[in-house]
Amino acid sequence: MYHSKILVTLRQSILDPQGKAVEHGVHSLGYDRVRNVRIGKFVELSVEASTKAEAEKITREVSEKLLANPVMEDFSFTVEEKS
Amino acid sequence: MKLKFGIVVFPGSNCDHDSEYVAESILGQEARLIWHKEGSVGDVDIVILPGGFSYGDYLRCGALARFSPIMKDVVRFANNGGVVFGICNGFQVLVEAGLLPGVLLRNDSLKFVCKYVNLKVENAGTIFTSQCRKGDVLEIPIAHGDGNYFTDDDTLKRLEDRNQIVFRYCDPKGILTGESNPNGSISNIAGIINEQGNVMGMMPHPERASDPALRHTDGRKVFDSIVGSFVHHSQLVERSA
Repeated sequence: MYHSKILVTLRQSILDPQGKAVEHGVHSLGYDRVRNVRIGKFVELSVEASTKAEAEKITREVSEKLLANPVMEDFSFTVEEKS
Repeated sequence: MKLKFGIVVFPGSNCDHDSEYVAESILGQEARLIWHKEGSVGDVDIVILPGGFSYGDYLRCGALARFSPIMKDVVRFANNGGVVFGICNGFQVLVEAGLLPGVLLRNDSLKFVCKYVNLKVENAGTIFTSQCRKGDVLEIPIAHGDGNYFTDDDTLKRLEDRNQIVFRYCDPKGILTGESNPNGSISNIAGIINEQGNVMGMMPHPERASDPALRHTDGRKVFDSIVGSFVHHSQLVERSA
């Protein structure tokens, strides 16, 4: 059994009004040296696979086809074997 | 001969009945609701993907609906030239399914905006605007939180060059302004068609502006255009037979 952790992030060219709103919130807390807040998504899942490579392949395909919309999002992931 | 409208219902769709009402009671045509788990759209002339919150907008608006069983047949129907009309959430499903280019992002204000807007008809030569004239201004309501249309520069240029932009947000006089854009969409885009011209997606709700009881009836022009295009086509077919 493998455990995948996927991060889905907005591409740099995409405006992130949510991130901007959160940045204003951080500033009003007094942390005016914080910049470039952007909001993404975290997805975790388990994969039944015989090898780590197979688990990575499945994770990549699921990310490409559903979890991330390539027009506006990038993704990265880690896969670990779990006993 | 009545036209048959097929209106797909996803879990969370909520504008299916409004669309059915317009098709039957306002336009006098036939309509049936198609549950998203059905395998075929059946013998319909037009497929409508209605507004609402399919799958609760989970993950991304329309992202899960595009994998509903019925969508395989909707894609087949569209690829065979069938008329597909996506309204609001339906537009979001169409871009996620790749039947239209681009993406609908969160409104730049982060607010869910619910109000009447003015739309400029940019292309009156489509099935969906054949009864409009280029430059006409239609007053139609919007109700969305994720209507901010975005695409890359190359695709935007292609949309402009090929006349695929059907509606843009404008002021009551038809002038494109920043203030008239309710969600930050690129180039004030409110609705687009695909290259073949048989699939259209728009964020505003023409089905909410078709009944005289609601006083606003500009939305009816879109539906009359669709019906008129079929009647015209069948008359051509009859003449050539």
